[in-house]
Amino acid sequence: MTASRIYLDHNATTPVSAAARAAVTEALDLLGNPSSVHRPGAAARQVIERAREQVAAMVGAQPAEIVFTSGGTEANNCVLWGIDRHIIVSAVEHDSVLAAAQRTPRGATTVPVDAAGVIDLGALQHVLNTNEGALLSLMLANNETGVVQPVREAAAMAHAAGAMVHCDAVQGPGKISVDIAALGVDLLTLSAHKFGGPMGVGALVVRTGVVLSPSQVGGGQEGYRRAGTQNVPGIAGFGAAAAGSSDAAADASRIAGLRDRLEAACTECGAEVMGAGAPRLPNTSCLTMPGISSETQIMALDLDGIAVSAGAACSSGKVGPSHVLAAMGVAPDLAATAIRVSLGRTTTEADVARFISAWSALYQRKHGAATTRRAS
Amino acid sequence: MTLHRPVYCDYQATTPLDPGAYDAMRPFLEDRFGNPHSVQHAYGRDAETAVESARAEIAALLGADPREIIFTSGATESNNLAIKGAARFTGNRRRHIVTVATEHKCVLESAYALEREGFTVTVLPVQPSGLLDLETLSAALTDDTVLVSVMGVNNEIGVIQPLAEIGGLCRARGVLFHTDCAQAAGKIPLDVDAMAIDLMSLSSHKMYGPKGIGALYVRRRPRVRLEPLMSGGGQERGLRSGTLPAFLCVGFGAACTIASGVMDDERDRLAGFAERLKSLVLAVPGAHLNGDPVRRWPGNLNVAFPGIDAEALLVALADDIAASTGSACTSASVEPSYVLGALGLDTVSAAGSIRLGLGRQTTREEVDFVGARIAAMARELRATVEVSAA
Repeated sequence: MTASRIYLDHNATTPVSAAARAAVTEALDLLGNPSSVHRPGAAARQVIERAREQVAAMVGAQPAEIVFTSGGTEANNCVLWGIDRHIIVSAVEHDSVLAAAQRTPRGATTVPVDAAGVIDLGALQHVLNTNEGALLSLMLANNETGVVQPVREAAAMAHAAGAMVHCDAVQGPGKISVDIAALGVDLLTLSAHKFGGPMGVGALVVRTGVVLSPSQVGGGQEGYRRAGTQNVPGIAGFGAAAAGSSDAAADASRIAGLRDRLEAACTECGAEVMGAGAPRLPNTSCLTMPGISSETQIMALDLDGIAVSAGAACSSGKVGPSHVLAAMGVAPDLAATAIRVSLGRTTTEADVARFISAWSALYQRKHGAATTRRAS
Repeated sequence: MTLHRPVYCDYQATTPLDPGAYDAMRPFLEDRFGNPHSVQHAYGRDAETAVESARAEIAALLGADPREIIFTSGATESNNLAIKGAARFTGNRRRHIVTVATEHKCVLESAYALEREGFTVTVLPVQPSGLLDLETLSAALTDDTVLVSVMGVNNEIGVIQPLAEIGGLCRARGVLFHTDCAQAAGKIPLDVDAMAIDLMSLSSHKMYGPKGIGALYVRRRPRVRLEPLMSGGGQERGLRSGTLPAFLCVGFGAACTIASGVMDDERDRLAGFAERLKSLVLAVPGAHLNGDPVRRWPGNLNVAFPGIDAEALLVALADDIAASTGSACTSASVEPSYVLGALGLDTVSAAGSIRLGLGRQTTREEVDFVGARIAAMARELRATVEVSAA
C-alpha cells in the first residue's frame, strides 16, 4: 500500500503489531508439530503453551480454559453447535452467531435492542423465564456500531434463570478491558486479528466445568475440545498481541479523542451517529450522510485513498442493509447511508483530519456548501 | 560438516516452511494486512487478489478449477467438512458411509459422529500390505452409500492407495469419493479428473507450507453439495464462513507451486535415501518394513523391530533423532497403533515399530547417521531384552 493511503477499518482487521509479527516470524522457523513427543515437538508445544498463558492472562482466565481455534467464527460455531440448549441471542449479534443459531436443532429466540442498540433487558428477562436452561449468546461490543452491551447484568439474569452464557468478545481486546470473571460468562470468543494479532487464529475460553461436544473431531489436541494440528505461528502471534493488549487499551483515550473530533465535525455537517446514546467502543463510529448511499461514500473515499466500510467485512462485497441498524429501528433510507469508521493504534490526527476533509467535500458536492451548517 | 541434531525424521507430522513460501507470506504480515473480504477498499482488494491467486496455485496442483478450492484451517477441518458435510446434505436419501481401518483419526471420528446421528458406517479392512482390496470395496457399496473416504498416502506407513481405481469404482456406482490427501499432495501427482475424485482434503504444513491452513477440493461438475460446518459471513461460497487468513493462504499457494516444480526430483532423491536407510535398519535381525514395499511414498519408512520397545528406542536416541512411532495426533496415547493393528501385525511387532520420515531437508549424511544410530541402538536394546529374558 502506498504511504498516502489511510486505513480506518480496524474492526474488519488490524495491522499485525511489531511484537506479534516478531513472534509469528520466530515461530515460522520452528519445525515441530506440537503434538509430537520429540524435541522439536516439545519446542513447538512450549510456544503454544506460553501463548495460552498470555491469552488467558489477558481475559483473567486459566490457561487450561483456552481452546485455540481458527478464529472467531469457528469459536462462535463451536459454542452454538456444541451446547445442546435452546439459544437466546440479541438481534445485533455477528452473522456467525445469528446464522448458526438459526440452524441449530434446538432453535433460537432473538431479543430486541433499543434505539441505541443496547439489548432490552426486560425482554431478555421474559425470554429467559419462558426458556429455562437456555444458552444466552450476547456480544461484548458490536462490530458495526461499537455499542457495548451490558453483558455482566445480562449474564447475572441468565444464570439466575438457569441459563449458560456465551459472550462474543471479538471486538473487545485492544479497545476495552475484557475480564471473564467481571463479565460473569461461561464462554468467551476471541479473535487475534482484531487487535494486532495474525489472521487465522482465535480462541474459545471455556470456563472450568463447562462441557461442550467438539465440532471438529480427530486427534486429541486442545484437551479433546478441538482436533487438528495447532497453528503454532498464529498462536504465538496471538499470545504476543494479547500480551500487548493492555498497552493498546491504554491508547484508548487518545483514540476516543480522535473519534470524538471526527464525529463532532461530521455531525456538524448533518451526520447522525448510530448508537451515540449508548456506551461505545472508543474507536468505532457508525455515521450516516443523508442523501448519499453507503456504497457511493465508500467508493469515493476509496478513490481518495481512505479505507472505511459499510459494516461487516464478510462474504459478498456487496453493501446490503445492515441487520444491526434495522434492529435499532433506523429507517431503511437512513441506514442505507451509514458507513463505519473504525480507528486503531496507527491512526493519527492527520488521518482523521484527512477523513473529515474528504467526507465534508463529498457532503458538499451533494448538498452544496450553503447547507453545511445544520440549522439549529 | 557437523549434523544438526536431533536429525528431523518426522516429515509426516509436519514439514519445515519452505523459504519461498515464507517470502511470499511476509508482505501480508506487514503492510499488506487487509481483510480479503473488505473488497470495498484497496487494502481488502489487494488481499483478495492475493488469496485468489493462491487458490489458483492450489487448484493447478490438482488439475482443478480454482472455484473448486475451499480454504479451511487444515486437513482435520477439511476431512470433517467433506465427510459430515456430504453425508448431512444427502442424509435424507442415502445414509451409508464407507471408509477404511487405516484412515486418519479425524476421518474415522467424523464417520463415528455420523453413526451417532443415525448413519451406517462400514470400516473396511486392508490387506497385510496396507492396501485396500477393490473387491472388498466393491462388495461394501450399496444403493444407500453416500460416500467412500480413502486416504491417498497413509500417514503412518506411507502406502499409496489406488486412487484412480477407487475413484472409477465409486463413479460407476454413483457414490461420492473423498480422499484425504494431506500426505499425498505435493508428493505424488494428483489429478481430480483422471482419478474421479469428488472431494479431496489438503494440508499446507504437510507440504512445506505454513500451519493453520488447508483446503478442500469440492467438485463442481457434477456438483458436490455439502452442508457447512460453520455458519456466518458466508465466505467460501457459503461452505466455510470466517475471515480467510491471507498470509497463510498465500504461503500455502506458494508451497503448491514450489511442490509441483520439485516433485519428480524429490521423489527420486528420497527413493535413493529410502533404499540406503532400509539397507541399514533392516540389517537388524528380525527387522522388517511395515506396509507394501513398492506402492509407497519413499519418504516414509515404518520399520518394525520385534521385541524392542519402540518408545524406549526413540527416547534413547532423543539427542540424535526426532522420529515418532506414528501419528502425532495420537502420539500422547500409549495404545499401539491401530493402523499397524489393521495390517494384522502382532502386538510385539507393532510395539517395536517406528516411523522414519524423510523430506526436502534430509541429506545423505543424515540418512547414514540415522540408519547407523538406529541399527546400533536396536541391537543394543535387543541384547538387553535377551539378557533380561535369560
